[in-house]
Amino acid sequence: MAASCVRTVGSFLGKCGNCSSSLNTVTSQLSRQVLSRQICVSTALKKNLAAGGPEKFTVEFIQKQVEEFDIGKRHLANMMGEDPENFTQEDIDRSIAYLFPSGLFEKKARPLMKLIFFPLHEAVQWGADGRPFHFLFYTGKQSYYSLMHKLYSKILNIEKHQDRMRAKGLFSQDTKEISLDTSRWLTKEELEVLLVETISSNNYDRFIQLMERLLSMPYCNMEEEFVLHYRRPLEARSKKQMVPVPERDDKGVAFSTSDGRRKTSNSSVVLRDCGSGRITVNGQEYLHYFPVLQDREQLMFPLQFMGLLGRFDLQCTVSGGGRSSQAGALRLAISRALLSFLSEGEQETMRQAGLLTPDPRVRERKKPGQEGARRKFTWKKR
Amino acid sequence: SQSSEKHLGQFYTLPSAHFRPLFPHGLPYRYQQQVKTFNEACFMVRPPALEVISYLKKADYSKPALRYLFYGVKGSGKTMSLCHAVHFCYTQGWVVLHIPDAHLWVKNCKELLPSSYNSARFDQPLQATTWLRNFRTTNEHLLSQIKTKRRYVWTKRESTDEGRPLGELVNQGISRVKSSSDVVGALMKDLRLQSSQPGADFRLVVAVDGVNALWGRSTIKKENKSVDLEELTLIHNLKKLMKNDWTGGAIITTLSQTGSLYTPKSAYLPQELLGETGFDSMDPFIPVSVPNYSEKEFESAYLYYLDRKWLQHPQSRTEDGKKELSFLSSKNPSMLDRICGFL
Repeated sequence: MAASCVRTVGSFLGKCGNCSSSLNTVTSQLSRQVLSRQICVSTALKKNLAAGGPEKFTVEFIQKQVEEFDIGKRHLANMMGEDPENFTQEDIDRSIAYLFPSGLFEKKARPLMKLIFFPLHEAVQWGADGRPFHFLFYTGKQSYYSLMHKLYSKILNIEKHQDRMRAKGLFSQDTKEISLDTSRWLTKEELEVLLVETISSNNYDRFIQLMERLLSMPYCNMEEEFVLHYRRPLEARSKKQMVPVPERDDKGVAFSTSDGRRKTSNSSVVLRDCGSGRITVNGQEYLHYFPVLQDREQLMFPLQFMGLLGRFDLQCTVSGGGRSSQAGALRLAISRALLSFLSEGEQETMRQAGLLTPDPRVRERKKPGQEGARRKFTWKKR
Repeated sequence: SQSSEKHLGQFYTLPSAHFRPLFPHGLPYRYQQQVKTFNEACFMVRPPALEVISYLKKADYSKPALRYLFYGVKGSGKTMSLCHAVHFCYTQGWVVLHIPDAHLWVKNCKELLPSSYNSARFDQPLQATTWLRNFRTTNEHLLSQIKTKRRYVWTKRESTDEGRPLGELVNQGISRVKSSSDVVGALMKDLRLQSSQPGADFRLVVAVDGVNALWGRSTIKKENKSVDLEELTLIHNLKKLMKNDWTGGAIITTLSQTGSLYTPKSAYLPQELLGETGFDSMDPFIPVSVPNYSEKEFESAYLYYLDRKWLQHPQSRTEDGKKELSFLSSKNPSMLDRICGFL
């Protein structure tokens, strides 16, 4: 049927209907007829476009958008009275926020003028004739399978090299090994990002198996660069507590500063090695600031635990929170400041006593449909 | 009481014969409970009290009366120092005019009568009678010796003639409740006049605790209108006493934030608590600061509690326990007392 063949041709072309320069692949006269037909079927194709999946953009389309963005940027710079040549993205953001003030709370919903580059897989993968560029396009995961192919070809190369060496009689087992200690394999998510397409966990396992097989062969250092491309360095995680460094002030007294936090209270403590046991909180006597015995006990606990009560002079500042949380914040700050005056074993005892752990308990949010965070409304049977 | 610098930090016991008459009122409540528990009253000899006592010993009593003011943070021992000085005066045979807490006279008054003497002022019969009773207990042996100098007319039928012993005046005030505040006023005036005279054989010590109440504000309301301090007879007479226009005695006072009205909790200096007028009227005075315990004093207090077996907890007897106590109480006498209370 004429109508149906028109539709099929149109759907074929509709996907590249946005592109203008892919015509160079098709040089026959058919193209002109196709073009002329394109105009009259464009309206009928709108439904098919939606069914085809996420909209795909060609490279040319992206380039055109970039040019339009530049022109718009220059217009904006002229409007704001600034230099169009040196108009950075920050300036754009500022100008847009000024010209279109928005009261929306969600930052991502506000007006935006930025080039968001489309991921590669949304670029169209086939030419104007509908023939895909990549030979593995119809596998669905073209970049993954092409990577596997490449890997396997490298393995074959190495085996060939091995055979050649054996033939010459220069085969040796102890070649330079690739150092793998300080790095780890890419995670599945990172590999997906690299390949710009989703892979299943089976695929990922196969990939790792192939890599391991490559590394198990003697002459793998030939492909060292290729392998290291797929490894990430391990961050050195220090398990030790950061101990504040004690300094000496002008009188030669060793002192250390540290902070502590507990449930919206922030505190900072300067611990001096004087010899008197005086404590100042926010400029006041601590007896006056903490009239309750419990708070003073909290302050006392780190010093008393180590038996160093009368030795230090404390100068504390604390803000936020309530009475108890301020006391807790100060306690944490004191124990951290004390670390620098203690030996390793004593630090370990403090850690085990729980003096160095910041208390993670924060006020829980009230949920809708409940009266408090946990309390439900009174249950009525009817 | 051989109080001198040698005895600094040590406790001396009050003979119980002195205790009952001297302190029917005037001691802090917690201390009174402690006296009842330990069955003895012990004072620690501390520098502020010693200083005042030494001045009292050396003062020239033909000059106008010297004013001493104890000030310090809450719970540092001002009232105790006052009582120590008062005890010293008592042993010397002076007449003691001890007002336990001037704040009691400006708040929580249940009865207010218009004064019979001056209709613009108000009387407080209840407080006046209690105070007269305590005054009588303290100064019993002296009251019979001192004679009135003027004639006082209370009502149409009642009057006290010249030359009668003061004891009669006091009894008059206690029995006739309505005129008790006027009796108080008359007593103060009489004593003041008499001690100023060169031939007097006694000296007068005026001890007021919480003197900043005299120049503060009052919470007493008369028909929903708050009463001004000038309109209270007791306060008026006391203020007249505070003026150092009389000789032959001393005025020892303390500041107190605990009972005072409308003052912030952190105020403890004389300027803050006395206010402008108070400072001007008290000026010139000798301020004596009462600090928290020093190391030595803390030690001695701790040993006293140990000795009385007040500290039962086994850890409180160790060195570490002592350090803990000193930290937690920050060497404040009242805090230490409170903490040791439940050990």
